[in-house]
Amino acid sequence: MASNKFEFESSYRLLESKLEELKQLSETLDCDFSKEIANVEKRISELRTERYKHLTPWEQVILSRDLERPMTRDYIDLLCTEFIELHGDRLYGDDPAIVGGIAVFEDRVVTVIGHQKGQDTPENIRHNFGMPRPEGYRKAYRLLKEAEKFKRPVITFINTPGADPGIGAEERGQAWAISQLLLCLSNLRVPVVSVITGEGGSGGALALTVADRIIMLSNAVFSVASPETCASILLRDVKRADVMAEALKLNAPALKELGIIDAIVEEPANVNLLEAPDFVSGLRSCIKQSLDEICALPLDDLLQQRYQRLRIIGRFNQ
Amino acid sequence: MFKPTFKSKKAYIDLSGINKSPLTLDSREGNFPCPTCSAWISETEIIKNNDFCPRCSHHFAVTAWERIYSLCDEGTFEEWDRGLTSFNPLDFPDYDVKLQKAREETHLPEAIITGQAFIGGIECVVGVMEPRFMMGSMGSVVGEKICRAIEGAIERSVPLVLSCCSGGARMQEGMLSLMQMAKTSAAVGRLNQAGLLYIAILTHPTTGGVTASFASLADIIIGEPGALIGFTGPRVIEQTTGQKLPVGFQRSEYLLQHGMLDIIQPRLEMRSLLIRLLTVHQGGRNGQ
Repeated sequence: MASNKFEFESSYRLLESKLEELKQLSETLDCDFSKEIANVEKRISELRTERYKHLTPWEQVILSRDLERPMTRDYIDLLCTEFIELHGDRLYGDDPAIVGGIAVFEDRVVTVIGHQKGQDTPENIRHNFGMPRPEGYRKAYRLLKEAEKFKRPVITFINTPGADPGIGAEERGQAWAISQLLLCLSNLRVPVVSVITGEGGSGGALALTVADRIIMLSNAVFSVASPETCASILLRDVKRADVMAEALKLNAPALKELGIIDAIVEEPANVNLLEAPDFVSGLRSCIKQSLDEICALPLDDLLQQRYQRLRIIGRFNQ
Repeated sequence: MFKPTFKSKKAYIDLSGINKSPLTLDSREGNFPCPTCSAWISETEIIKNNDFCPRCSHHFAVTAWERIYSLCDEGTFEEWDRGLTSFNPLDFPDYDVKLQKAREETHLPEAIITGQAFIGGIECVVGVMEPRFMMGSMGSVVGEKICRAIEGAIERSVPLVLSCCSGGARMQEGMLSLMQMAKTSAAVGRLNQAGLLYIAILTHPTTGGVTASFASLADIIIGEPGALIGFTGPRVIEQTTGQKLPVGFQRSEYLLQHGMLDIIQPRLEMRSLLIRLLTVHQGGRNGQ
């Protein structure tokens, strides 16, 4: 994974370049510094890991949006076999900001649905930066109803800045599409697991995050509105988004404490997640365990528990 | 349970802070231009004319209590859950101050009033959102009161009427607010399973998380004339897309054309429409 996102990376890179010089010097002088070099390498890696463990909420927001993070299709390909993508909402169009289809996950046939961002500008334009239009939510709705018909569990992957803020999206009933999906998921008669993999932006993310179990990657975020939006509305200064990121309690540990998510999958520091075997197996087993638990429940209990999970959210005086 | 007396009804509608922004206020003896027809009008004229512009019938904002009085049979409204109040669960900067200010300005504990009432002799559960209370934003309390209203309707097996008005989810409660969208939508699912009628009245403005949850899930959705209704606010759309918005964009009339509303009804005739809908819905039998 590219390491130019954060300023603090420059000091590690400086250390690394000095180390490189030392390596070359040891070759030229024909002295064996290999032990020392290995020690320093280890130390740099430790320092970096430690730093990544203590990212501020704003740094996590930046990381969650990183285009080099795996996207929904990557996770589907990584975790599932036999993925067949299904298209269209049967009403108006096919929204590339949401992908969905059927696949096999750990010997279970499942329906998978998620927000899809691109990894470069042309791809991102094609996927509308992962911002669904009503067609995307209606495609998800249709695929969920299909999952219900064939009694297939559902896995959703969340990674979106939010719903598309466009004229067409409003004309075709963005709000109606989102609320229908919230209602549909709240009483869908099959188990649902959601995985927040990157940016969980507002109602556009929530529309796919009504589930029996919600899993979150350790650097993913889930927020009522973007920190920039909050800063510009509440503080009238978009540059203070870092303050809002802190205040919004949008990272995984904070949301676990609030009872909104169930499990956190730890991300390793500054590596391509797809190439980190511990991370991949951790994510796989977390989804599998969640599915095992909820698939074992009688349907009425499952639905009752899903309702209760939502019903108790909120803090107030009475 | 706290029962408000109807003696507490205010003689005037407090329009301060709604239509008299510094931009529209003019030095001409407190007169200001109507947002729709730009005619110069005074607060007295508006009050005399039932909160409408005397020239173009622009609907000015009214308080939640005014709306309750105008919709329900006289003396029948019984408030529920008045004791539910917000605190600052995330320790969000300035939230306590804003809550306090909103309470003082509106004399309300939160941005929605819920309770039971009769409309045309038919027993209902009624909820009305208050735009002056932090833009009618939905936090934990608003979500909870809506869920309790729905559960109350199911318990009594009576229709639900919600008058909506909101800027969306309340940012200061973070994800607790956003989740109220899912919570209220799930509760509407229970209402549907119980086979009960749910009528939503969308008033100016209804946007964001409220439109994208319980408000757009009603069986019958009624808009007030000229009300702004949508998900993303018009300014954000304009700023993000750089496009000029079509004339009348996101207004009730525009939404009716695009198939999102059932009916547009002027406020003065809202009660009579509700009575007709409720009566026909229960097989033409009047509740009395």
